[in-house]
Amino acid sequence: MPAVGGLDALISVTYDIVANDFVRAGEAASKIKRLLQQLGVEPGIIRRAAIAAYEAEMNVVIHSYGGRIAANITADSIEILCEDSGPGIPDIEKALQEGYSTASEDIREMGFGAGMGLPNIRRSAEEFSIESACGQGTRLKVKILHKVGD
Amino acid sequence: MQLAAIAEALSLSPDHGSFKDIEVKGGYSSDLLSDVMGKAAAKSIWVTNQIHPNVIAVASLIDAAAVIIAGGVQPEEGTLKKAEEVGIPLFTTDLPAFEVVGQLYQLGVRGTARSA
Repeated sequence: MPAVGGLDALISVTYDIVANDFVRAGEAASKIKRLLQQLGVEPGIIRRAAIAAYEAEMNVVIHSYGGRIAANITADSIEILCEDSGPGIPDIEKALQEGYSTASEDIREMGFGAGMGLPNIRRSAEEFSIESACGQGTRLKVKILHKVGD
Repeated sequence: MQLAAIAEALSLSPDHGSFKDIEVKGGYSSDLLSDVMGKAAAKSIWVTNQIHPNVIAVASLIDAAAVIIAGGVQPEEGTLKKAEEVGIPLFTTDLPAFEVVGQLYQLGVRGTARSA
């Protein structure tokens, strides 16, 4: 595969995420990470993309009815798009607060639901947006620039 | 520090001879997966009491050197399988997490936290 510097075209991958499947959870993020490694992306950037992809994937596994995650990779940026089919986030401002979580006791016992997922994603990316409404799905979009930071 | 030397010094099980060339650059201890995901540096040895397969997903994503499950608890079947699959050395010990970290520190392993 070409190094990212020589990457002309967009490379896109999409993976389905199954709700409540804690055995496969993290596989989509792992595949995205492996792809970035194959493309020769710098390790610090890969780590940031891995954090964003993992946390986004886990949010869908833990909180949603299921969804999918996509990574769009160009020479300049890695865009991660994560969508689910509901039930939606009632209060996005709260969800973005460090330490705030609506995860159940069972989920917390597994070490999830620390209220760090969305803050971790936001810290990892140059661009961050989340759209959601009660009774609808959630759509998260982040962009990590190859040439900034790290 | 070499992982094999750590495994021997702490009498970690299983007794792995096959991890000779794995370098441990530091350590991290937490049971919150997002905390580890966000903060543990690559090549860290991660001490936890969590036993489910997602521990390995996180360890693999952050390029952890190894995972030690402390406190005498055994990993789930799926955790062992996944560890083997992705090549993350997974140890267990009867020692509580505090003791494991203390012994690692005495061996010269220092905490690693990356800035976000």
